Amino acid sequence: MADKRIVDACGSFCPGPLMELIAAIKMVEVGDEIEVLSSDKGSAAEIPQWIKKVGHEFLGSREEAGIWHVNVKRTK
Amino acid sequence: MESNKISVVVLSDKREQLQMAGMIASVGAVTGNQVLVFLSMNALRYFVKDADEQAPCEGPVGKLMEQKNVPQFKVLFEQAVTLGEAKIHPCSMAMDVLGIEHGGLEKYIGEPMGLTMFLDECKGGQIWSF
Repeated sequence: MADKRIVDACGSFCPGPLMELIAAIKMVEVGDEIEVLSSDKGSAAEIPQWIKKVGHEFLGSREEAGIWHVNVKRTK
Repeated sequence: MESNKISVVVLSDKREQLQMAGMIASVGAVTGNQVLVFLSMNALRYFVKDADEQAPCEGPVGKLMEQKNVPQFKVLFEQAVTLGEAKIHPCSMAMDVLGIEHGGLEKYIGEPMGLTMFLDECKGGQIWSF
């Protein structure tokens, strides 16, 4: 089973959470999943757009108590 | 993935301008675009190695950014290079005027570039100026 890594970017503003995701995605294997935690609403919208643009798999996002959980799978 | 050429001319010493330039450079680069940053005029001094001078704010948003956990503009420019393969070059004229040697700039900054080369490099792409 693929590993899942949590990137806690709460408290950071755009484009901080996106940059933390990109740094993390370079460190994981193809097929691994990453969940980004962000308190920045703009980043929660921006990250799925970046995932789609570069061709990774967007697994969905949800908001819980002001924290967005954005899930992505590295595909290449 | 579609790739475009994005050139960012950075001249201002104001925090908001530098922040937006860094955001476009970093996000542009990590999205697969060819990003070229040209640092000149009053912006260049912030990229001298270990410079700790703080860029003044133009208005209230700049002040709010100081209080909140907004990424530092220099971090964004460095990430544009390390995460997105952007190229950042200092203006050779500004280097001469300020008396800065190439080795005196942050390590992610490339060789000095003149306007003739810059204008040739940015041909056919988007150009943003701050």
